[in-house]
Amino acid sequence: MDFNDTPAEAEFRAEVRTWLKANVPHRDKAAESEAELIRRAKSWQAKKADAGWACLHWQKEYGGRSASPIESVIWQQEESKYDVPAGIFAIGQGMCGPTMATYATEEQKQRYLPPMARGDEIWCQLFSEPAAGSDLAGLRTKAEKDGDDWIINGQKIWTSGAHYSDYGILVTRSDPTVPKHQGLTFFFVDMKSPGIEIKPIKQISGASNFNEVYFTDVRIPDAHRLGEVGDGWRVSITTLMNERLAVGSAGGPDFADIFRLAQNIEINDQPAIKDRAVRDRLATWYCETNGLKFTKFRTQSALSRGETPGPEASIAKIVSAKKLQDIGSFGMDLMELGGIMMDENVMLEDGMFQGAFLGAPGLRIAGGTDEILRNIIAERVLGLPQDIRADKGVSFNEIPTSR
Amino acid sequence: MNFEFSEEQNMLRDQARSFLADKCSLRNVREILDGDAPFDAEAWRGMIELGWTGTAIPEEYGGIGMGYLELCVIAEELGRSLAPTPFSSSVYLFAEAILTAGSEEQKKQYLPGIATGATIGTLAVFEGPHAPSPKNIKAKAANGLLSGEKMPVPDGDVADFAVVAANSDAGLSLYIVDLSDDSVTAQSIKTLDPTRSHAKINLSETPGELLGNEGDGWNILGQVFNAAAVLFAFEQVGGAQAALDMGKEYAMTRFAFGRPIATFQAIKHKLVDMYVATELARSNCYYGAWALDTHSTELPIAAATCRISATDAYHESSKENIQIHGGMGFTWEFDCHLFYRRSKLLSVNLGGEPRWKDMLISRLEQASA
Ligand SMILES: Cc1cc2nc3c(=O)[nH]c(=O)nc-3n(C[C@H](O)[C@H](O)[C@H](O)COP(=O)(O)OP(=O)(O)OC[C@H]3O[C@@H](n4cnc5c(N)ncnc54)[C@H](O)[C@@H]3O)c2cc1C
Repeated sequence: MDFNDTPAEAEFRAEVRTWLKANVPHRDKAAESEAELIRRAKSWQAKKADAGWACLHWQKEYGGRSASPIESVIWQQEESKYDVPAGIFAIGQGMCGPTMATYATEEQKQRYLPPMARGDEIWCQLFSEPAAGSDLAGLRTKAEKDGDDWIINGQKIWTSGAHYSDYGILVTRSDPTVPKHQGLTFFFVDMKSPGIEIKPIKQISGASNFNEVYFTDVRIPDAHRLGEVGDGWRVSITTLMNERLAVGSAGGPDFADIFRLAQNIEINDQPAIKDRAVRDRLATWYCETNGLKFTKFRTQSALSRGETPGPEASIAKIVSAKKLQDIGSFGMDLMELGGIMMDENVMLEDGMFQGAFLGAPGLRIAGGTDEILRNIIAERVLGLPQDIRADKGVSFNEIPTSR
Repeated sequence: MNFEFSEEQNMLRDQARSFLADKCSLRNVREILDGDAPFDAEAWRGMIELGWTGTAIPEEYGGIGMGYLELCVIAEELGRSLAPTPFSSSVYLFAEAILTAGSEEQKKQYLPGIATGATIGTLAVFEGPHAPSPKNIKAKAANGLLSGEKMPVPDGDVADFAVVAANSDAGLSLYIVDLSDDSVTAQSIKTLDPTRSHAKINLSETPGELLGNEGDGWNILGQVFNAAAVLFAFEQVGGAQAALDMGKEYAMTRFAFGRPIATFQAIKHKLVDMYVATELARSNCYYGAWALDTHSTELPIAAATCRISATDAYHESSKENIQIHGGMGFTWEFDCHLFYRRSKLLSVNLGGEPRWKDMLISRLEQASA
């Protein structure tokens, strides 16, 4: 048992480090607008891609490096040591890419994957609807065949990045007369298509990262269908399995940040960290943070041996999103009334605790809610039976719905 | 990255598991629970024959010198099976104390007996229902003679030797005591977990052989407790996993409202929380095992981390296992309470969780200074 790379892994890591050291651009995050963030992210992604460091585990001919999973992990570990603009490609490269790689034609893969890897084209995930989130298969956006095209009508919601995306993957209902999982059909769609209207939604944080996306008589060529007609659920599962790998741990303040704050702020005229109740909370978070870190190491060891990680990766999101919420909240407790201040001139630590407090609720919902992830672990890891469903075997158009 | 047990170590695990399933099933554990025997002599003999007691003791002291990773593997299986034997007292506590602070002669004198199972050792620190400290330990040592009362002492009623913490003029010190001396009385005491025996030990002018430097007792105990914390954490994870498996099994077969209770989310999610806590603890235990095995300077932090995490996991898993069993879980007849009892014993045997959390933060403060 050790933390060491194999000689080949060590050599690879050294190569990665050398390249990153020479190439990571300086970043001044102060007043980085969304447009500026996108510009910087695209430029960094292109630089990586040109040197063979984009989407490492993808095949070379599709813009990747044909690297092993463990090499991808090593790259991520090293890149994450730098403050590089990231995130806007995560949905495309993490979920849309693998879905395209599995279901698109050879020509389509040649056309769409390399620009996705290079960040030239950004992709989004058009899954959730007002009446279909956790119960994704309850979606209603309608697809009707018209010659060689499909006509799409309906509404998607919570679509992250739709407003700056070039393409999206889309699940629709092509047949409402069969049980819900059977009547779905899956497409990829040009976000500039006539009939698509995107409206930003303001989140509790005040930012607008996600959107409503309306489809009015949008035409999609049948050639842009992924999987068979009526087989869209199976295609969606491919996306969702990759989502679980892509989401992973929550960003934001972690143990080290709350530890530092507790050392620097006072309660009863002494550092907060001397307070027994504070120490108790800190110890719990330290153990959770390390438990996750070493769980990752175990997964990585399995990757080293060539195994694929399963749904147990969901542990990371369940634990880290809650921890983030608690740390954000506790950080503000330590600041007392001053903790509510979000004025840039007076707030502490760049407002990371307030940011976590307002951001964490979204993490507990996005990419599978805490409850849905618990169901997944219960069923796929522990082998417990599925929930009893009221809609099993019922034609979609006869399923009871919210008012 | 190779943050896993090796193939050989996993083979050892399989061997340990099947030995324990055969010789130390919950039926055997219940015999100790309900009977008068202090431990399961047959299972204990079997462990000795397999060489387990000498796993991490170097060959020059009569052990088989495999190492701590192997000992961790065995500890996890012992925890899973709730083995009612003096293994931990002898191996994690007494042998660790001798290995940590013993002179060459002391190691040669005491370790072979532990390794071969000819003798049983233990560690006598606690003096009643409160946290021990270098100041409040009342046992006294003067001119090589010890007097005082120690309780509870794990396996104190069956051990041949004990490392005893007592205050001398120089401060808290450790002494090796031959418990067969006429001046010693050892009396079994009733405890929360009757599957592990504990005793009250009285020393009166009992000869004791200094272990380590005089006045250095608290410091040595800290080191011994760090090593023991990792080993006990593996027992805790083994127990937590066993309670989780038991709860899962029951939930799949027990019907209510016309369906298995495992289809109720309140039950499913409870099992997931038990699983998540156990996995985090297991990962922290691997860190502890690595630190112990490599004599890393991170051991004090790693030990506290895996102890806290494993304590939480076992508590969660053993108490919710009872909940999943409903009324059955509250009966003497069902085995749920065996895990619940053991989980509490292991959460306090090296000092309670509040103290370990406090120590963890102190150690992190030192490391960050
Ligand atoms: C920040 C953010 C970004 C997002 N980005 C995208 C995106 O890019 N693309 C996209 O398609 N979607 C996106 N989503 C949507 C996200 O996938 C859904 O919000 C999520 O799946 C939950 O669906 P819902 O909002 O309809 O809530 P509901 O499904 O209505 O859930 C409401 C509550 O009921 C609980 N619940 C529902 N079903 C069950 C069940 N079977 N058992 C127990 N409890 C249950 C849920 O856990 C939740 O607590 C995003 C969401 C957020 C917050």
